Amino acid sequence: MTDLLAVAGLRGGYAGTTVLDGVDLTVAEGSVMALLGRNGAGKSTFVHTVMGMLKPYGGSVRIGGRELAGSPAHVVARHGVAIVPQGRRVFAPLTVEENLRVAARGAGGPWTPARIYEVLPGLAARRTHRGDQLSGGEQQMLAIGRALLRNPRLLLLDEPSDGLAPTVVDRIAELLEGLRDEGMTALLVEQDLHLATRLADEIAVMQKGRIVHRTSTDAFRRDRPLAQTLLGVGTQPSGPGGDRS
Amino acid sequence: MGTYLVGALNGLAMGSLLFAIALGLSLVFGMMDVLNLAHGAVYLLGAYVAVALLPDGVGLGVFVLAVLAAAAAGAVLGGALAAMTRAIPHHLDQALLTLGVALVVAELLSLVFGNDVHSIAAPAAVGGGVAVFGGTYPVYRLLVIGFGIVLAVAVYLLVERSRLGTVIRATVADRAMVAALGVNTGRVLAGVFAAGAALAAVGGVLAGPILGAQPGLDEKVLLLALVVVVIGGLGSIRGALLGALLIGQVQALGTTLLPQYASFLIFAAMALVLLLRPAGLLPPRTAVRA
Repeated sequence: MTDLLAVAGLRGGYAGTTVLDGVDLTVAEGSVMALLGRNGAGKSTFVHTVMGMLKPYGGSVRIGGRELAGSPAHVVARHGVAIVPQGRRVFAPLTVEENLRVAARGAGGPWTPARIYEVLPGLAARRTHRGDQLSGGEQQMLAIGRALLRNPRLLLLDEPSDGLAPTVVDRIAELLEGLRDEGMTALLVEQDLHLATRLADEIAVMQKGRIVHRTSTDAFRRDRPLAQTLLGVGTQPSGPGGDRS
Repeated sequence: MGTYLVGALNGLAMGSLLFAIALGLSLVFGMMDVLNLAHGAVYLLGAYVAVALLPDGVGLGVFVLAVLAAAAAGAVLGGALAAMTRAIPHHLDQALLTLGVALVVAELLSLVFGNDVHSIAAPAAVGGGVAVFGGTYPVYRLLVIGFGIVLAVAVYLLVERSRLGTVIRATVADRAMVAALGVNTGRVLAGVFAAGAALAAVGGVLAGPILGAQPGLDEKVLLLALVVVVIGGLGSIRGALLGALLIGQVQALGTTLLPQYASFLIFAAMALVLLLRPAGLLPPRTAVRA
């Protein structure tokens, strides 16, 4: 399998502070990579920098072999990357339909608004409701639908379970499993270990702005002490809040 | 009674003009956080385009031509301002830059046209009056009110019904997220900046027969537009319309009832709105953050 995403020596952060301190990470075409790490490790900063929403200080971001480090977000998006950002960032004053309309432009492919409504019937029922009238779960569905309408080659998911009830998380997991089985390539940042191991083929762990460990999901599952050392699982409450960086 | 109704009509005409002028100021601020202090200068540029192109008693065709010429000049200046402010990251620097552009443009206009007060005649065909409320009322001002209505409907259709309008509203709410969906927001912003400036310049032509053209008018108009935007809510189109109608009425009725306090009343209205609704009467909604 070829690498759809290949990041090398990526450095970045906000306003001069260094959050990413030389990140190396590849995601193979058709696979799902989960990126784990404690709060403040730099996971969200990494996702934003790959998407072009933050300018890197240095390093390389290749998507399908094309160097895109430092390109603005709309250029990265046009090369087939879509993001489901932390906190959803649904357009509050726009209806569900309008939220989708912003994304559906020129990007041909299997995902059309009609298919989004078919896969997410909950959204179809709320078509004319504004973004700020939706529940958290509905907003997350809309954020995922909006990203899918870009017909992306690479989907970046930043904490899709954050702040949602377990039953809603389960529905989102089913949706993402369906996408994975269709061959979607994705990078998933997730605090919820269950969800991460349920969806991902591989796990990478980030610490202080670097990837410190990478393994298959099966190997990760078997190695409990590793998860404890790297992530502090069990010593730190998991739940809403999350990595805001 | 007739006096008040005439005052109300004057207020509507003023409100129409203020809406055309304040719209661009509000959208540019809402979308890119740029307070364009050159907006009044763009208006004045339009007014002097009218001075240059409209000798007394011209036909409607020439008047429309002047409107189009002002729109083009405003769009070019607006596009240049968009490009300049984009290269500068800090708000204060942007405000200073647009203030500098405002001073340069005003000085150039004063060099070319002198410091005299120029009056601009309405086109001959609509220069007369009609009987309204037992008196005569200028036909031209009724046309300005009509323009305001047409503009409001056109802006509503563009912003609420078209895909471009959807993208503009999304950009006001969360610009970075719109870019991440593949939209070149820089181009959308430059387009809105240019269109807003074009409208301000058109406002300068249309207001010509009512307010004339003279040095210092740019600052007065900018101040009024700022009051409209603050009252309506920064970045809100409906707010700009409501604010413009309110300020138009306050100014017109103030002039009729309390001439010596007319300009004070406008700021009193703004202070009252800020006390009761600090974000303005109809602020735009921003992105949902869970």
